[in-house]
Amino acid sequence: MSSELYDDGPMVHKPMFIDGTSVEIPELKILKQDGSTYEGAELPEMNEGLAIKIYKTLAFHRVLDERMVASQRQGRLSFYMAALGEEAASVGGAAGLKSQDMIMSQYREQGALMFRGFSLENFMNQMFSNEKDLGKGRQMPIHYGSSELNYMTISSPLGTQIPQATGYAYGQKVQGLDEVTLCYFGEGAASEGDFHAGLNMAAVHQAPVIFFCRNNGYAISTPSDEQFKGNGIASRGVGYGIKTLRVDGNDILAVVKATQIAREYALKESAPVLIEAMSYRLGAHSTSDDPSGYRTREEEAKWQANDPILRMKNWLLAQNWWDEDQDKALFEKLREKVLAAVKTSEKTNKPHIDTLITDVYDVPSTQLKAQLDSVKAHVNKYPEAYPFTAGKF
Amino acid sequence: MARMNMLQAINNALDIAMSEDENTLCFGEDVGHFGGVFRATSGLQDKYGKARCFNTPLVEQGIIGFANGLAAQGSRPIAEIQFADYIFPAFDQIVNEAAKFRYRSGNEFDVGKLTIRSPYGGGIAGGLYHSQSPEAYFAHTPGLKIVIPRNPYQAKGLLLASIRDDNPVIFFEPKRLYRASLGEVPEEDYQLPIGKAEVVQTGSDITLLAWGAQMEILQKAADLAANDGISCEVIDLRSILPWDVETIANSVIKTGRLLVSQEAPLTAGFASEIAATIQQECFLHLESPIERVCGLDTPYPLALEKEYVSDHLKIYEAIKRSINY
Repeated sequence: MSSELYDDGPMVHKPMFIDGTSVEIPELKILKQDGSTYEGAELPEMNEGLAIKIYKTLAFHRVLDERMVASQRQGRLSFYMAALGEEAASVGGAAGLKSQDMIMSQYREQGALMFRGFSLENFMNQMFSNEKDLGKGRQMPIHYGSSELNYMTISSPLGTQIPQATGYAYGQKVQGLDEVTLCYFGEGAASEGDFHAGLNMAAVHQAPVIFFCRNNGYAISTPSDEQFKGNGIASRGVGYGIKTLRVDGNDILAVVKATQIAREYALKESAPVLIEAMSYRLGAHSTSDDPSGYRTREEEAKWQANDPILRMKNWLLAQNWWDEDQDKALFEKLREKVLAAVKTSEKTNKPHIDTLITDVYDVPSTQLKAQLDSVKAHVNKYPEAYPFTAGKF
Repeated sequence: MARMNMLQAINNALDIAMSEDENTLCFGEDVGHFGGVFRATSGLQDKYGKARCFNTPLVEQGIIGFANGLAAQGSRPIAEIQFADYIFPAFDQIVNEAAKFRYRSGNEFDVGKLTIRSPYGGGIAGGLYHSQSPEAYFAHTPGLKIVIPRNPYQAKGLLLASIRDDNPVIFFEPKRLYRASLGEVPEEDYQLPIGKAEVVQTGSDITLLAWGAQMEILQKAADLAANDGISCEVIDLRSILPWDVETIANSVIKTGRLLVSQEAPLTAGFASEIAATIQQECFLHLESPIERVCGLDTPYPLALEKEYVSDHLKIYEAIKRSINY
């Protein structure tokens, strides 16, 4: 039992409420929208090479999102989720890590996977559920994953990755590895029970996990003021006894800096860190959603002026590491590449019929093999009804 | 009568329930101002106010725990779980709490006024987390009622009965039919009975049984079989718990054959429970083994959904297998 809490705490002799106002949570800001930095700002470790890599990742992210939303509207893709306006949070988080660190995402952090080097073809094959998809065409678009890149495959149920990240990080610690786990989630998912379980266990068991909350203001239609009261998600870190940072999520330098510091602390102290990145979901929740039913154009316009990609570009221009011609050429080339990749991936075959029963267990059971045989016989009898697999086994 | 799709019929039932009893509350993720991601609660917040129709934080166990508390207090909560695939964080509140509230207290307390609505089922390119049919998990829990409608008329009448029933009811809505299923629906109040199956088409050679979105597919298979001169009796189970053994047994005694179709995986699905009971009730009347046409024993796939699911062609083949046994 902690004597500090039970015996030696401060006392009053008349009842006195306490509340969050006694804890001030500052927001880390390094980069201004015009590309200049705040006076006295402590910059992240970043050379020209890393800066350009981050910027190219952000550009790829923006272009891929634009093209895939368009593809969905054209009926070529069933579903998509863009991260318009909040790309810096996911890209910056990954950029502050080492490649051996595990990333566990929610579903709007494709930027982190891009930074890790997941190829355009890999993204496309997943979205078109074809036979080259690493996930074997089993999950809806944007549910990526790669063991090679230490990026855990995404699961749709919200918040489930949070306690898992705690366990993963605890394993890394026990094995003495130079690794941490970074876990992304939104401010909506932070309402799930798994969030509370994951943070508490990380604090109690001292797991080197970085909880990275993208507070983008909305969970589908639900604004954050109907999601929680109190001082954001960051205040909860304090409650759980976790070192906490709040950062401007549209400030790439601040996000990278916060993640670098968090990683260093998590490893050195074997302890969790919570980062709350403040941003705004400029796009719809998904292609199945229409935000005009629950928020105003004026509100969106305010955040459009905070574009994190433009902010980084302004900084690169100021460093003389980038110019407008390069910028134009980069975006043009990316658009061409993405369009070409859509065309290839949508024409690629769907997964083989045998993948119906693989990976349910390490090896398919006798019953599953019998079920597959019966499906195959049926497909052979009615090939026109099953065009994805008929004639292909 | 008015022509409605299933969402409009559900919305209409909720409207009636909220207008007749000011203690009736509708809530869940995105249920308030937005009217739910499928718009089933559209307009209810405007009409009845934010205190009675509202967004909850994103926490399913919280939604159902909160609903249990409201029901115990005497309010009439109608809680929405956005997708049946996301009901599992609330499993404890449903299975250990809602289902056992009355029993454990010796009827000192109950949550009979609770209704949980949730879209379920496949056919929308939703993959493993937007397609599941979890009725069998809950069917293993005494104390719950489980109701699944097949069309707008059924949806309105069964939902009103579920809301007014004095037991906790899970009302699973076949989301593939939300906008696709259209039909004539009375604008006035009516109820359809919980625990009663409905014979949709009479026939003499085989009984075909299903619920929810599978009914449409069952009918398609019955039409195919009719071309071969096979007369199918088609039954909508409507309630999974309690289920109408009598109507099914009477039909099977007449036809001598039974086929049950479900979207969920074969093993330990509700079709298995039906098969076990009917072989007991109708053993000497059965001309062939009871056929179960179900999903494979795998998670619900995405690209190969057609191959996985019970469709009219698989059902048609099973009908022939049963007849030619």
